[in-house]
Amino acid sequence: HRCDWLHAILSSVPQLTNSPTLIVMVGLPARGKTYISKKLSRYLNWIGVPTKVFNLGQYRREAVQSYKNFEFFRPDNEEAMQIRRACATNALKDVVIYFSKDHGQVAVFDATNTTRERRISIVSFSKEKGYKVFFVESICDDPDIIAQNITEVKVSSPDYVNCDKDEAQADFLKRIECYKQSYVPLDDEKDRHLSYIKIFNVGSRYLVNRVQDHIQSRIVYYLMNIHVTPRSIFLSRHGESELNLLGRIGGDSGLSPRGHKYATALGGFIKGQHIKDLKVWTSHMKRTIQTAEHLGIPYEQWKALNEIDAGVCEELTYEDIQENHPEEFALRDQDKYRYRYPNGESYEDLVHRLEPVIMELERQENVLVVCHQAVMRCLLAYLLDKTSDELPYLKCPLHTVLKLTPVAYGCRVEHICLNIEAVNTHRERPGNVDVTRDPEEALKTIPEHF
Amino acid sequence: MMRGCSRSKSTQNLDRTVCMTNCPTLIVTVGLPARGKTYISKKLTRYLNWIGVPTREFNVGQYRRECLKIYKSFEFFRPDNEEGLKIRQQCASAALNDVRQYLADGGQVAVFDATNTTRERRETITVFAEQNGFKVFFVESVCEDPEVIAENIVQVKLGSPDYTNCNTEEAMEDFKKRIKCYENSYETLDEVLDRHLSYIKIMDVGRRYLVNQVQDHIQSRIVYYLMNIHITPRSIYLCRHGESDLNVKGCIGGDSGLSPRGKEFAKYLRQFIQSQEISDLKVWTSQMKRTIQTAEAVSVPYEQWKALNEIDAGVCEEMMYEEIQQHYPLEFAMRDQDKYRYRYPKGESYEDLVQRLEPVIMELERQENVLVICHQAVMRCLLAYFLDKTAEELPYLKCPLHTVLKLTPVAYGCKVESIYLNVDAVNTHRERPENVEVSRMAEEALLTVPAHQ
Repeated sequence: HRCDWLHAILSSVPQLTNSPTLIVMVGLPARGKTYISKKLSRYLNWIGVPTKVFNLGQYRREAVQSYKNFEFFRPDNEEAMQIRRACATNALKDVVIYFSKDHGQVAVFDATNTTRERRISIVSFSKEKGYKVFFVESICDDPDIIAQNITEVKVSSPDYVNCDKDEAQADFLKRIECYKQSYVPLDDEKDRHLSYIKIFNVGSRYLVNRVQDHIQSRIVYYLMNIHVTPRSIFLSRHGESELNLLGRIGGDSGLSPRGHKYATALGGFIKGQHIKDLKVWTSHMKRTIQTAEHLGIPYEQWKALNEIDAGVCEELTYEDIQENHPEEFALRDQDKYRYRYPNGESYEDLVHRLEPVIMELERQENVLVVCHQAVMRCLLAYLLDKTSDELPYLKCPLHTVLKLTPVAYGCRVEHICLNIEAVNTHRERPGNVDVTRDPEEALKTIPEHF
Repeated sequence: MMRGCSRSKSTQNLDRTVCMTNCPTLIVTVGLPARGKTYISKKLTRYLNWIGVPTREFNVGQYRRECLKIYKSFEFFRPDNEEGLKIRQQCASAALNDVRQYLADGGQVAVFDATNTTRERRETITVFAEQNGFKVFFVESVCEDPEVIAENIVQVKLGSPDYTNCNTEEAMEDFKKRIKCYENSYETLDEVLDRHLSYIKIMDVGRRYLVNQVQDHIQSRIVYYLMNIHITPRSIYLCRHGESDLNVKGCIGGDSGLSPRGKEFAKYLRQFIQSQEISDLKVWTSQMKRTIQTAEAVSVPYEQWKALNEIDAGVCEEMMYEEIQQHYPLEFAMRDQDKYRYRYPKGESYEDLVQRLEPVIMELERQENVLVICHQAVMRCLLAYFLDKTAEELPYLKCPLHTVLKLTPVAYGCKVESIYLNVDAVNTHRERPENVEVSRMAEEALLTVPAHQ
C-alpha cells in the first residue's frame, strides 16, 4: 500500500520541483551575491528543498593556493583567465554530480557571471542537462554600501589574511574595476526570454522576468522580503509551566511560580536592552501569553507558534508514552524529524507551519519571539543553518534567552540565562532505538521531573 | 483567554496571525482601458477579504455610469471634452470620498480602480492619502499585445452596461477609440521620477514585473499574490472524498476509509475525469485515508497536502452531533452562534482553516487544470474563495458528497457547474438551527442534524 505511510513520510509538503534548478548569481564583486546565495540556500534547505552553494571564489582559492593581488583579475591576464575558466568548469561539473548523485534540487552558482558570453554558456549547459535556470542579479551603485560590504566580508577573507585593512580595501576596489569594463547587466530586451530577478540597491526595487514555476516564485518572494538593516532577534520559551514540572509534554497549562519569576526577569532584561521598536510575538497558548503579559509591551499572538501537537501523547509523561505506546516511542527516536505523533504533528510539519513566521521575521527588525521547545528548535535551525538531523536535538532550555544578531554571512548567538531555576526538558536520543528495546533503555535519557 | 469559545469583537484583532496594517492602505490601479485593472482589482479584493483583510473596490467607471445614466459614445472621453472632464473629475472625487468613509469605518484596504494615467491625477491621490493617513500602493498594468487587448474587450467590455444597445463591431470600434483618448496623456510610472512611490508594474500579463519600495507586510503579500495569478484558461475541479464509513454513522472527523458507495463514487469519478479529456490535470488530496483512497481509484498521479486535511474537531473528533450535544452542549451552541470563528477545544476554527489553506490557494492560482479531492469544511473554504462568499456564508455552503464542482474563470468571476455522479450518499450538511442560545433544549439543537445510520 504505497500511499499512506510511506508517501506521507516522503511528501508532507507537495513536490516543489521536478527538474533541478540552477540559480545563477550575477553582479560585480561586493554586491551581496554570496550573502544572498548563503541566505537563500539556508532558507530552501530549511523548507525541505535540498540546496547547495557553489562558490567560484572557493574553487579559485583551491586552484591558486595563495592570492597575491588584484592583478590576477585583470582582463588581460591570460594565464589567470584560463585558471578561472577551468574553475567554472569544475564547479559546474560538481553541480551535475550534486543533482544526479546527491539528490540535490537547487544549486546556487555563486560567481560574478558578468558577461553575456559566460551566461550564454551556462544556459546552454543547463539546457543540455535539463536544468531550469534562474538568474539573480544584484545591482548597487551606492559607494557606502559597497564599502560596508568590503569591510564586513572581504577584508577578513582568506585572500587578505596577510594584509591590513586599508591595503585589503584598496586592492579589492581595484579588483572590482577589473570587472567593470566587461560587465553587461541582464538586458530588458536581449534577455527577455531568460528567467530572472534583478535586485537594485539592496531591495528598494526589483525587476522580475518570466518566473517559470513554484520554486522560482517562492525564491522571488523570499528575496523580496529579506533586508540588511541591523537588528536582533530574541528567542525564548515561555516560563516554566505546571506541566513542565510534572514532566508532561504538550497541553495548555499556565506558568509555575518559577515561570512567573522568569517572566518578570525577562521583562527586566528586555528593558535593559533598550531595544528600539521591539515587536513581541507569542503563540495562542496560555504559557507564552502569561509570559508576555509580564513584559508590559503589546504583543501579537500567532497560532502558528503553538507547540508541536503530540496527538495521542498530549499531556503524557515519557514514562506514560513508553508504557502505552512503546512502538511509537521507538519510531520517534529512529527519525525524530519526520516522525508524526498519531493524530499529531512532526517536526517536518512544524517547519511547514512556521514558514510564514520566518518570512515575517525576515521582514521585521527587532523581534522577541516567546514560544515553545520544538518551535524554538525549528526557528533556531533556520537562523543557524542546522540540518534536519540536528534540529530536533537542539538545546533550548527554559529560562534562557537567545539573542541572534546577523553578522557577515551568518548569525552571532548570545545565550543569556536569566538565573531562575527550572526543570530540564531536553531528552537526548537514547543509545537503543529499536522497537525491541527494554523500557529502561527507552527511558534512559529522560530528564528529571516531579 | 478561553479556548473553544467564540471570540468577542474586542479580542478579534488579537486573533489574526499578524497585524497586517496599522494605517489603512489605498491601492491605486494605473493603466489604459482594457489592461485588466478591474480584473485585478476584483480578484485582489476577493483574495484579501478571504484571508481576513476587509477590502473593498471603488470603480470610477461605476460612478460615472451612475452620474451619466446613458453612455453615448467614446466622445465623452475625448481630452478636449470640457464637460466630460468635469463629470469624470467629480466621479473620481465622489469615489475618493467613499474610500475615506470606508477606511474610517473599519475597512483596511481600498482599491481605487480607475485609469489614473496622468502623473497629475496620481499626485492628487497621493496628497489625499497623505492627508488621511493612508498608505498608497500603485498597481500598474502595461500591455501592448493587441490580441490580449482585443480578448479583454470581448470578454468584459462588450457586455458592459455602456454597450447594451450596440452590436459587437460597433462596441469594439467605439471602445478602441475610447482607449485612444487616453493614450496621448498617458504617463507610465517612471523608474526615476516615481522612485519614491510604492508600486508594482505588471507588464505583458505577468511576464515581467517591476516592484518598487514595498513598505510593509500587506504590500508584500499583495505583490506575491499578483505575481502568482495568471489568465490562461483552465478549470478547477473540487470534490469531497467518496462517502466514508464514519460519514455513514453520522460521525464527524476521524480518518476512516471509504464505504462501498464511496468506492463506487471513486470509480465514477475516474470515468468523469477521463471523459473531460483534461490536458495535464494535477490531482491533489489531503493526507487522510478517504481522499487518498478516492484518488487511488481515479488512477492518476496525485500529490498529498497536509494543508488539505479536514478541520480538526479536537475533543469532538469522531463524535456524532447527538454525542456533541450530550457531552458539550455549551460548545455546540457557541459553534452555532459563530460557526466561522468558533474553535473546537483542542481543535480548529474555519478561520484557522482559511489560514492553513492560503498556500493551497496560492498554488491553485499558479496552476492550470487541477482536481482537488478534499473534505466538507475544506471545500467550503476553497469555494468561498472562488465564489467570493463572506465569512458568514462560508460555513454553510452546500458541498454534498459525490458531487463535483467544476469552476471555470470567466470575465470577472467564476462559472460553476455542479456534476452529481449519481451514487447515493448520506447528507452531511447541518443547517444553522433557529435556537442558538446556550439555554436551548437538546431537540432544538438537534433539529437540523442530517439523517444517518
